[in-house]
Amino acid sequence: MNDKKQIPEQLEKVGVYICHCGSNIAGTIDVEDVAKWAKNNPNVEISRNYEFMCSNTGQELIEKDIKEKGLTRIVVASCSPLMHEKTFREATERGGINPFLFEMANIREHGSWATNDKAAATQKAKALVNGAIERVVHQVPLEKIPVDINPATLIVGGGIAGITAALELAEAGNQVYLVEREGTIGGHMAQIDKTFPTLDCSACILTPKMVDVGQNDNITLLTFSEIEDVEGYIGNFTVKVRKKARCLIEELCTSCGICEEKCPVKVIDEDYGAGLGYRKAIYRAFPQAVPGYPVLDKDNCTYFENGKCRACEKFCPTDAIKFDQEDEILNITVGNIILATGYDLFDARRIPQYGYGRLPNVFSSLEFERMVNASGPTEGHIVLRDGVTEPESVAIVHCVGSRDQNYNEYCSKVCCMYSLKFAHLVHEHIPEAVVYNFYMDMRTPGKGYEEFYHRLLKEGTHFVRGRVAEITDVGRNPAEEGKLIIQSENTLLGKQQRTPIDMVLLSSGMQARHDSEEVSQLFKMGCGFDGFFTERHPKLAPVSTMTDGIFIAGACQGPKDIPETVAQAGAAASQVAKLINQGTVMMEPVRASIREDECSGCRICNNLCPYNAIEFDDEKKVSRIITALCQGCGTCVAACPSSVIDGAHFTNTQVMAELKGLLWDVQPAPQKTPA
Amino acid sequence: MKYGYYPGCSLERNARAYHDSTMAISKPLNLEFVEVDDWNCCGATEYIALNKIPAFALISRNLALAADQNIGENLVAPCSACYLNLKKADHYLAETPDLKQKVDTALEAGGLQYQPGSINVQHLLETLVLDVGFEAIEEQVQKPLYNLKVAPYYGCLVPRPAAMDSFDDPEHPISLDKLIEKLGATVVDFPLKAQCCGGHMTQISEDTALELIRHLLKNAADNEADMIATICPMCQLNLDAYQDAVNARFGTDYHIPIVYFTQLMGLAFGIPAKKLGFGKEIVSSRAALEKISDEAPQPVKNSKKVQKTSSLPMPIMIEEG
Amino acid sequence: MTDSLTSRPPTFYDEVVAETLGLAENLKTCLQCGTCSGSCPSGPDMDYSPRTIFAMIDAGMKDEVLRSNTSWYCVSCYYCTVRCPQEIPITDLMYSLKRMSIQAGHYQEADLDKAPEFSETFMNFVENNGRSFELGIATRYHLRYHPLGAIKLATGMGLKLFTKGRMDITPTKIKNISQLKSILNKAKELGGAA
Ligand SMILES: Cc1cc2nc3c(=O)[nH]c(=O)nc-3n(C[C@H](O)[C@H](O)[C@H](O)COP(=O)(O)OP(=O)(O)OC[C@H]3O[C@@H](n4cnc5c(N)ncnc54)[C@H](O)[C@@H]3O)c2cc1C
Ligand code: SF4
Ligand code: SF4
Repeated sequence: MNDKKQIPEQLEKVGVYICHCGSNIAGTIDVEDVAKWAKNNPNVEISRNYEFMCSNTGQELIEKDIKEKGLTRIVVASCSPLMHEKTFREATERGGINPFLFEMANIREHGSWATNDKAAATQKAKALVNGAIERVVHQVPLEKIPVDINPATLIVGGGIAGITAALELAEAGNQVYLVEREGTIGGHMAQIDKTFPTLDCSACILTPKMVDVGQNDNITLLTFSEIEDVEGYIGNFTVKVRKKARCLIEELCTSCGICEEKCPVKVIDEDYGAGLGYRKAIYRAFPQAVPGYPVLDKDNCTYFENGKCRACEKFCPTDAIKFDQEDEILNITVGNIILATGYDLFDARRIPQYGYGRLPNVFSSLEFERMVNASGPTEGHIVLRDGVTEPESVAIVHCVGSRDQNYNEYCSKVCCMYSLKFAHLVHEHIPEAVVYNFYMDMRTPGKGYEEFYHRLLKEGTHFVRGRVAEITDVGRNPAEEGKLIIQSENTLLGKQQRTPIDMVLLSSGMQARHDSEEVSQLFKMGCGFDGFFTERHPKLAPVSTMTDGIFIAGACQGPKDIPETVAQAGAAASQVAKLINQGTVMMEPVRASIREDECSGCRICNNLCPYNAIEFDDEKKVSRIITALCQGCGTCVAACPSSVIDGAHFTNTQVMAELKGLLWDVQPAPQKTPA
Repeated sequence: MKYGYYPGCSLERNARAYHDSTMAISKPLNLEFVEVDDWNCCGATEYIALNKIPAFALISRNLALAADQNIGENLVAPCSACYLNLKKADHYLAETPDLKQKVDTALEAGGLQYQPGSINVQHLLETLVLDVGFEAIEEQVQKPLYNLKVAPYYGCLVPRPAAMDSFDDPEHPISLDKLIEKLGATVVDFPLKAQCCGGHMTQISEDTALELIRHLLKNAADNEADMIATICPMCQLNLDAYQDAVNARFGTDYHIPIVYFTQLMGLAFGIPAKKLGFGKEIVSSRAALEKISDEAPQPVKNSKKVQKTSSLPMPIMIEEG
Repeated sequence: MTDSLTSRPPTFYDEVVAETLGLAENLKTCLQCGTCSGSCPSGPDMDYSPRTIFAMIDAGMKDEVLRSNTSWYCVSCYYCTVRCPQEIPITDLMYSLKRMSIQAGHYQEADLDKAPEFSETFMNFVENNGRSFELGIATRYHLRYHPLGAIKLATGMGLKLFTKGRMDITPTKIKNISQLKSILNKAKELGGAA
């Protein structure tokens, strides 16, 4: 390197602004000292500290200084760029200079919030500010890149979240692809009997919406389908969908149901039926399924097992059955994606002391939802596993698998409410039955929810505070013989309590889909340790993700009930509608480019690009970057052996200058004088 | 295979049958058990209640001796309390530098030293199930225990203390069930198989202890067990020696022999009962043992499958083990 | 009339945690759910359930906690430990409470439970012989403290065990008892009195 210090020929006029953020920053960092110190940098024209830089007055300060003092670059030291980079870039632009001549130093999340040590925090703030100043003088004006938004939207998952979002968008005239893994849309809400706290019939409020989805011309419904691949970026996604073979020609099927009737195979219905009822090998999950045509379950079909049977084919009046149908692969292009893949129920078999799967009269919550439903396997009668005996006493166990470091640490939020609903349903169906709720804490925040709890208190439910320790069928005395016994502490009395009952309902929590991590990787957005999808900001961007153009709604983001799910679905739809209306979005110009005349044509970068954004010009024998596809990740920049790829806004000079600025107070190691 | 062997105080006298039967089955299974020379009491569940450092020093002397005597790195303890104490000491010495330093100093006073992790403590059941394996055990069976209905009893200290990696499920262990099945015996449903035998409560509060013992006897009797097979001297003692007291207190009439699982293994291996310590139990096992027949019982139909059509399907269980 | 609780300094809580190995710090996170007490085989006979004890520790009720029979009634079944949703090492905490109550000298009081005495008898035995024989201890313990109980024991269970050859008159002694004694003496020095 050159001995002489590289000083830009003409000094820049940098304006530096240190934000107090109330006491968030100023409480720990000596902002005045930092501002005063920054003036020492020869490039700094003016350095100020101000209480709230993001306020209108703060922004106007920047604009005014640019105009009056002729500033050429701006540095704001405040919070994370995720919060206010946009704000200050716009202020810079309003002041009259290119917004990319602005740089932000995060002295809050990376400084004042990270320590209580005032001296250390102040010292680090200086380093961060200095890094930003040294960097900003090397920044160059850039222009944002306009991207057209494909007005079609992909929605993954057809539960109440996906249904709601699809209808919102489609009814506003937009094209929607709704992809659902199962044979029908509806999700968990279709399994539920009544909904708290109003107790409206779940099917009665859900099925009209399902029908609307089926009939809306703007919605392309792809059920029994899986997403296989996703490429592209906001405005321009290409998605590969596998439409699995139902062994049925949809156009011919009239949904008459004869095949289902004639099929001789009966299997336990693990999905929709929650394991409580049976279905055929060719089946519709329930009569109001949308679409109305059945799915043939190859794993259980006699024909696929041993080549015999074909009963469905024989009896189908329209010859719709097609055993050798093959999966179809569809490539669809969309501008935005909403993930609404929902949740799995916690599997209570993981807690052996609760006896689920071992003790017949211990039921899961979804089993109970199916049982109490008039169209379920018992036609709505609450009975023991023998299918006939009505229980005289029922215990509802809260927090199964929730609030437990051994399973799911979080509170699953809906279980207290649905447990109350269960208690009500038992009272309603069997008025003489004694009902117990075993709870840790009763959590009923929500409109009309606490009132619902009070209603159950009046209905005579026994509430026992204490987490259930174990459920056993081993009685100790005649009163316990032949019963299930709930052993717990009555924590309000400080006494161990054994409660003999006939039937136990386990209120399992909601957890992330078993495959949520794979799904999040497929769509290149994040999920937390618990598997729930991560929102861009927990308060201010709850349905956005870190990836532009991909949104989330419903229980795939975290446990929630139907009202909250529907609200999120609406929010996600309106985020998408906003982008569709805009027609174009301006994308960050942070892109790579190749200096073609210096490219050696080695092609090393070609296959490294995760977005397939690099093409090779066979004539000129050079590589070239397709700007629209480039996401600015920098992989190729680092890989190029000839160092001829530049990452805009992240050039080597800029990054090195920032590093040098950051390390201003680090003494260089003493150099040996050459002999 | 060569193993260090820590019998513990019980096996010297009270649980002699456990020791004898363990020695008897070791030969056909090709196990060489070498007793730790001059071992001392592990402190049972009492010593640790008094003073932490001496308690750990007491246990660690055994680990130090075992490590020093060139008897292999695996140390087998048939007694559940000994097993837990030895394992726990090794675990906490490795995890707690302060404890280790103090115990080191104490051991030094006796001219000993111990490096945590150098001894791998195993319960005898663990050795038999994991190292020997069900297959090798089954191969040795010469006189299957057909017709004998056995309730497998694990107690607390082997399956549960999960801070250390337990080799079986803490709530519903199955390894002993499987082992007994291999012997040709019938394993009865015994939901209380990992519940407490009363532990030291027999000495402290008989009321508490007898009630706990009663639960276990009742559960085994309700499930028509001919005998209970244990893996722990304390469990054996409590259930065997206090059975009369339970009957007297509650007006019951239980006569359920309590034997060590190794005794049953020995019988199945064709070893004479005398060599296995039978006869030392207070509730005699003679009548029960006479039930053993030469012919395999008809497999009972799984009652769960004979369902009335009206009944609802049971949740499908994940395959065990 | 009983007094209402007054806030007490949290030193007792810290003492309990310091006395316990492993993740005793987790005690802070107790949810007061009652899983431990619901699981406890001795629970019905305890003065205070384990969960109540933890609330009392939090409230600084040192005296009441160390005088209660709760920890002595713990049978070390570890059910609470494996089931606690906050992974609190409850059984180990019970051992700590036993030690602390002995150190506090509560066990000498006449109206107290028998457990500490039993543990003490046991300890004396081990220290002098290097080995124990649970029945011998039981007898000695009963003879010393509860003569009537001992008679019952001797004519009942003890006699039967004796005739079955399962009970020793004298315990065995290890060879190097002096080594063990020096180790234990050193350990007691390091671990404080008791
Ligand atoms: C027992 C119980 C009772 C309840 N009772 C009530 C109540 O009374 N009131 C109330 O408000 N809430 C209740 N809830 C909560 C309610 O179920 C949820 O709030 C709601 O169902 C969430 O809807 P969702 O669309 O987000 O998810 P889901 O209903 O789970 O729907 C997700 C859909 O996505 C599909 N899918 C998943 N992954 C993929 C993939 N990779 N590709 C394609 N498709 C996929 C699924 O097949 C499913 O159809 C209850 C919950 C339980 C467990
Ligand atoms: S089980 Fe754990 S969290 Fe619950 S009360 Fe007991 S110690 Fe506290
Ligand atoms: S370990 Fe002790 S406190 Fe815990 S449940 Fe067992 S007996 Fe009760």
